[in-house]
Amino acid sequence: MKKINDAVDVIIVGLGWAGSIMGIELAQAGLKVRALERGEDRLNSDYAYPKPADELAFTKRHKIMQSPHDAAFTIRHNASETALPMRELGAFRLGDGVGGAGLHWTGMITRPTPVDLKMKTYADEHFKRGELDEELRIADFPVSWEEIEPHMDFFDKVCGSSGETGNLRGVIQQGGDPFEGARSNPFPNKPLEDSLNATLFRQATQEMGLHPYSMPSAAVSVPYTNPYGQQIAPCNYCGFCQFYSCLNYSKASPQTAILDRLKQFNNFDYKTRANVIRVEKHADGKTATGVTYIDENGDEVFQPASIVILSTFGLNNVRLLLNSSIGKPYNPITEEGVIGRNYTHQYGGGFTLFFDNLEFNPFATAGPTGTVISDYGTGNVETAQLGFIGGAKIYSSQPTGTPMAAAIKKGAPSWGSGWKKALKESYGHSMGVKLEGSNMATRGNYLDLDPVYKDRFGMPLLRVTYDYVQNDLRMLQYMKEKMEAITKHLNPTQYSHNILKMDSHFASSPNYVNTHNAGGAIMGDNPRTSALNRYLQSWDVHNLFVMGANAFPQNFYANPSAMVAGLAYWSAKAIREQYLKNPGPLVQA
Amino acid sequence: MANEPCRIGRRPFIIGSLIGIASLGMKGGVSSVFAAVPSTADELKQYQPVFFTAEEWQFMLAACDRLIPSDREGPGALDTHVPVFIDKQMLTPYGKGEDWYMEGPFDSHASLLFGYQMPFPLQVLYRKGISLTNQYSRIKYNQNFCDLPARMKDAVLTDLQKNVADFSQFGEADLNAGYFFTRLLENTKEGYLADPQYGGNKNMAAWKMINFPGARASFPQWIKIHNVKYPLGPVSLSGEQA
Repeated sequence: MKKINDAVDVIIVGLGWAGSIMGIELAQAGLKVRALERGEDRLNSDYAYPKPADELAFTKRHKIMQSPHDAAFTIRHNASETALPMRELGAFRLGDGVGGAGLHWTGMITRPTPVDLKMKTYADEHFKRGELDEELRIADFPVSWEEIEPHMDFFDKVCGSSGETGNLRGVIQQGGDPFEGARSNPFPNKPLEDSLNATLFRQATQEMGLHPYSMPSAAVSVPYTNPYGQQIAPCNYCGFCQFYSCLNYSKASPQTAILDRLKQFNNFDYKTRANVIRVEKHADGKTATGVTYIDENGDEVFQPASIVILSTFGLNNVRLLLNSSIGKPYNPITEEGVIGRNYTHQYGGGFTLFFDNLEFNPFATAGPTGTVISDYGTGNVETAQLGFIGGAKIYSSQPTGTPMAAAIKKGAPSWGSGWKKALKESYGHSMGVKLEGSNMATRGNYLDLDPVYKDRFGMPLLRVTYDYVQNDLRMLQYMKEKMEAITKHLNPTQYSHNILKMDSHFASSPNYVNTHNAGGAIMGDNPRTSALNRYLQSWDVHNLFVMGANAFPQNFYANPSAMVAGLAYWSAKAIREQYLKNPGPLVQA
Repeated sequence: MANEPCRIGRRPFIIGSLIGIASLGMKGGVSSVFAAVPSTADELKQYQPVFFTAEEWQFMLAACDRLIPSDREGPGALDTHVPVFIDKQMLTPYGKGEDWYMEGPFDSHASLLFGYQMPFPLQVLYRKGISLTNQYSRIKYNQNFCDLPARMKDAVLTDLQKNVADFSQFGEADLNAGYFFTRLLENTKEGYLADPQYGGNKNMAAWKMINFPGARASFPQWIKIHNVKYPLGPVSLSGEQA
């Protein structure tokens, strides 16, 4: 028989960044808040030195990632293929447990730009009719830069972001990113130190007339106390960052920045190993009554709540909406329906430069160390004649310096004495020039429920239909030329690259690409083409709010966390100031 | 033939002993202590596999020895106990496939773009792969893999890697040679470069070779020192120094 918990004002599903933000914002408003987290609790004490300094456990065996056993995705390239499960982690790795992706992230806290938020408007102004591929489905975010920036600014303070300000209230600052959107405040802290590769990249791009700046970092450069009173220690460049929990309390995580404070509220609690399978609705279908989850004993539990917040990873939010029959599923043929549309991923790749005579000491680093240029970002260069819309940041970072991840010289054997010799010559003698590129939404890339494969609770897996976008592959060929020019300027002993070609297809496994999935339950002005309104409120069920990159209509060339967090603060403000007074749709369709 | 134990060449044993001496020297010991410390090769000989059968173990020793041989460049897979690492991995959730999504239907012949699609965990993959490679080796050279001279071992491994060895001729429907090789090579490199607590990278010899400081994990001064070779040797998660 189904168990029933005591009712709460707010139930939060998923305790990563977005769930923690909603938790503290709504607990501060005096509401009774409970969070349900599928994975384990993860306390800072579990990640004290030296535990995280273990490449096998964290990078190779994915110790703090969601295992496919718990929630796999099926993948196909187009609607005529049969989707296959990502049986072991490959192209993307979702966080798992308390902290979610906020525990293992690299800590690059790059923002989107004002152009990214108004991409459709930009496209209409800069491209003639027919100049862009017909399959693209570009849309504006239904919020303005001025509306969302103060919330990203607050998140910068929560994380203790370290960086160089490029645009302070409209005034361009020396040394920062001149292409960034206006900041209402400077970065809270000075940038991290440059490693050798970052110094070389900075120098080379400066000599080429480009505009390098320090990677915006959520690993703090100096001792810092955030607005919640949380004390954060300066980064010690331990070299274990991307895919690792911070052993030094320096890389901002929900734990270090928010949860230790939130746990002090008597009106907040959380349950772990609580696997939410469905949002339950009233008979009229217009409001949610709570959620059903499977607890650690395998029992089904109903959790009543007045407000339901979905703040699991974006892909899992979409799956929950579909499994709860909330919103009409997207149909790629008729283009009707809203849940699943505009799924996007993100582009990576780059050049590896080998310098026989330089010592890079790659282990002395933080995930977000590095220098970047945004000169080729969306809107910063005219691309109408080049046949694509979008852009990329180009950067050199040193995210981890562990040996299994080390690049090996071009042409070296993959095993035997030759491999060992190449490993010796390569390790510590290479640097990367990489890109992070935008990904446009298309008609045919989307999410729905898999008709065959189910999870251990019998719920259908999420099916990802995705292949690379021609518009974006053209963008990558352009970036390749620019990166090769920087590479040649740096004059390495030899170099190699792994930029996608025009005929490349998405590989779901085994190689990691990145975890910046977006779309699937997007925000918009029109309930016929979006799942959520501008406050991330479901158009269909007004007491349901959905946090995450699933809200992005297309993916930009920045890391998603700053925008995900900014949107969560924006939505929390709307709930506190508008929704609580008068529960109902915050936007009239 | 199949049950005869294979002989591993003498070379790795000698190099293993030299490494034993070198590490003692680093700690200020003198050669008189040498006799009291078993070489890495002796220790490997004494190791009782927890997963692999005796025949499989001989294969693992022989294959790892060729994938990362001991030579003048540095220690090999046997000096660093890589087969021990792989043996221990077989009993972890990874080896047992407990972290993977293992519900059917399976399509073992799917494009490699979709990654692992076989209907069995890593344990079974190894068991099948070793047996099939030995069958291939017997048909081609009339000997089990581990009994072949080095050059022929390399030829068999190359046939696996290039997927020239056709496992379907032995009735194997799901596993191809190229995939078995890929996983064997990946696990071998992991054992060579992982923390010693997992059984491989004995004495952190591989880390010393490439100048990786292991779990030191604190470089607030060194981030500012550019283009100078880091001077300290590695430490392991258990605090061992080399």
